[in-house]
Amino acid sequence: MERKIILENIEVEGIRFLNVYRKHGGYSSVEKALKTMTPDEVVNEVKLAGLRGRGGAGFPAGMKWSFIDKKSNKPHYLVCNADESEPGTFKDRYLMEHIPHRLIEGMICASYALEAHTAYIYVRGEYKYIVGILNEAIKECYQQGLLGENILGSHYDLDIYVHCGAGAYICGEETALLESLEGKRGNPRLKPPFPAVKGLYQSPTVVNNVETLSNIGWIVNNGGETFAKIGIGKSTGTKLISACGHINRPGVYEIELGLPVEEFLYSEQYCGGIKDGKELKAVIPGGSSVPILPKNLILNTLQGEKRLLSYESLAEGGFVSGSMLGSGGFIVYDEDDCIVRNTYNFSRFYHHESCGQCSPCREGTGWMDSVLYRLENGEGKMKDIDLLVNISSHIEGNTICPLGDAAAWPVAAAIRHFREEFEFHVTHPEIVRNIKHGSLAKYINN
Amino acid sequence: MLTVTIDNHTIEVEEGTTILQAARLIGGDIVPPAMCYHSKLKDSGGKCRTCMVKVVQGSTKDPRPMPKLVPSCRTAVMDGMVVQNITSPEVLEARRAVVEFLLINHPLDCPVCDQAGECDLQNLSYEHGSNTSRFEEEKRTYDPITIGDLIQFHPNRCILCYRCVYAAEQFTNKRMHGVLYRGDKAEISTFIQQAIDNDFSGNMIDVCPVGALTDKPFRFKNRVWFLKPMDAHRSCTKCSGKATLWMRGNEVYRVTGRRNKYGEVEDFICNECRYEKKDATAWEIEGPRAIEPTSVISQNHYRNMVKPSVINPLKEKME
Repeated sequence: MERKIILENIEVEGIRFLNVYRKHGGYSSVEKALKTMTPDEVVNEVKLAGLRGRGGAGFPAGMKWSFIDKKSNKPHYLVCNADESEPGTFKDRYLMEHIPHRLIEGMICASYALEAHTAYIYVRGEYKYIVGILNEAIKECYQQGLLGENILGSHYDLDIYVHCGAGAYICGEETALLESLEGKRGNPRLKPPFPAVKGLYQSPTVVNNVETLSNIGWIVNNGGETFAKIGIGKSTGTKLISACGHINRPGVYEIELGLPVEEFLYSEQYCGGIKDGKELKAVIPGGSSVPILPKNLILNTLQGEKRLLSYESLAEGGFVSGSMLGSGGFIVYDEDDCIVRNTYNFSRFYHHESCGQCSPCREGTGWMDSVLYRLENGEGKMKDIDLLVNISSHIEGNTICPLGDAAAWPVAAAIRHFREEFEFHVTHPEIVRNIKHGSLAKYINN
Repeated sequence: MLTVTIDNHTIEVEEGTTILQAARLIGGDIVPPAMCYHSKLKDSGGKCRTCMVKVVQGSTKDPRPMPKLVPSCRTAVMDGMVVQNITSPEVLEARRAVVEFLLINHPLDCPVCDQAGECDLQNLSYEHGSNTSRFEEEKRTYDPITIGDLIQFHPNRCILCYRCVYAAEQFTNKRMHGVLYRGDKAEISTFIQQAIDNDFSGNMIDVCPVGALTDKPFRFKNRVWFLKPMDAHRSCTKCSGKATLWMRGNEVYRVTGRRNKYGEVEDFICNECRYEKKDATAWEIEGPRAIEPTSVISQNHYRNMVKPSVINPLKEKME
């Protein structure tokens, strides 16, 4: 079920450069949108496409655009969220590095639809080298009249600026991103008001992910209805999946939404099966912040249906037996992986990245990190396992931004599905103190 | 006017009123506690999560409940909104959890803390916390920071409510401090040492809900429950001159801004009134400050006490 929209022509040599990109049909959507469509028509096409935000939350992009108050006297802004920092997710990097004009083309169409004359690309600090690639591409666009004043003679003006963050994960949260873009400390804002009402510089703003915006050019060219026919149900179009972990072929793949997880995992076209012929143990399907699923639940739902790579299928069963598509960071664990160690690693990350504004996240992430450290190093007690579940339940839903949830869900899910490993860490400290203890399945089964 | 029901009490409020403000208009036990919100500090609130409430009906137009608990200090009332505070076990559990989180790194050194008796966290813990802590790890510690002659900053006790940051930003003309680092390593910046230069810097002490920022000249001179708070005023060119004098006999030990019953300062005062007018004759004393009978400060102050009628069980027999 290979279908390329975003990664179309990615293999063409020099596609990073404007002349090559245009030879392969690049920026035709800009011509079409600016010369033959009204801004509202562009918004309607995106609505018809059913395109959902590819940053993680999956909120319908067209609906988000329609929240912008076009009668507002303040300027409108489009902000591209390129602060990709979720562990296990590296698709936006691939996209911006190899085909930056796909993003810029989408941004011009989106800015026109939103009647914005200024747009920003907020890039993660660690992707500093990508700033150079994007700036080069933007410079080419200015030179050929695709950016600046009176784009292609359409009387529409647009400037795009690239802004490099300082490398804080929290700046990927849209309101923290806006704070950072304004030159302040990257702390999330309380919502409401949402950015569509009061965003950048208190003006109506739309924040979209790199992958979301990269779809816009295709939608304008081919129509929203054509896009909506790709995929499955409300999960329309394609999705970039960044696959990593113990698989034979890690990398970034574009899949049509609705592809069975089993096919993605084992076919030679994609992941190529588990490395060294080992058994699959578990998968985190949408970046480290979503719940982990053991082998039986990632391949099939509780009802015995095949689990698909779609927003609905992965969420089936709620957090008891389901997970989320999230940002598409597909992390695979083989039979030799220690789930407690991995959970501790993620917990350490979220503790480090908590902004510290609200009490449950600031104190709770640190507490979970400490307890998991003890468990992983053979110093835990049996009551610590329930304590972790309890702490995570007190963080979830009670914080200013979703970072609290992102810290809580992986811990709760790991204990839900692999409780015996946590208990083994308590009962067999002499084994788990060994730094190379790996999987405990062989001990637990014996 | 909008109608809102909080814990079965219905009230009409003006548009733009938050749930917390509406609850305060009703008064009593249904008022959510607040550690970071301060009615006189713009943009404060929403951070400590102690004032979380459950909205079981969004409005008359859209009666759907809100999916998560919301901070009452920053959530505006909608017409027909129905809110649960102390009637919701979920809210009480979340509040208990917040107390536990706040006490993770806050030392329980109330016997030696100069804020004892005036500490909002102490009150919150008594009313909403549990009597044990499950936190076994070592608490984070910092060295106390010297902030000139007037303010003592003890970062260990800071709960990062940001009130002092907002106070410095809004009442002084050059803010020299803020929050550094992130997560549980976040701390008030050492630039705070320079914030003392301003005439209104003392207000940072008044807005601190815990014992992190204390009045250096007053520290350990006395315990608040031994002092008698008196409302007083004086003519001042910089501030309203309305203050509370904390006296023992005729001696003024401390001057603070006047607080309402939620511990929030009503009139911010300048440093001249606060630190340089420690003589009772410099003030027009209005009378004793009204203190909640439940407060530790009211101890030994038998104001308006009604003496019980004397009952002599032998009286009838004797007659």
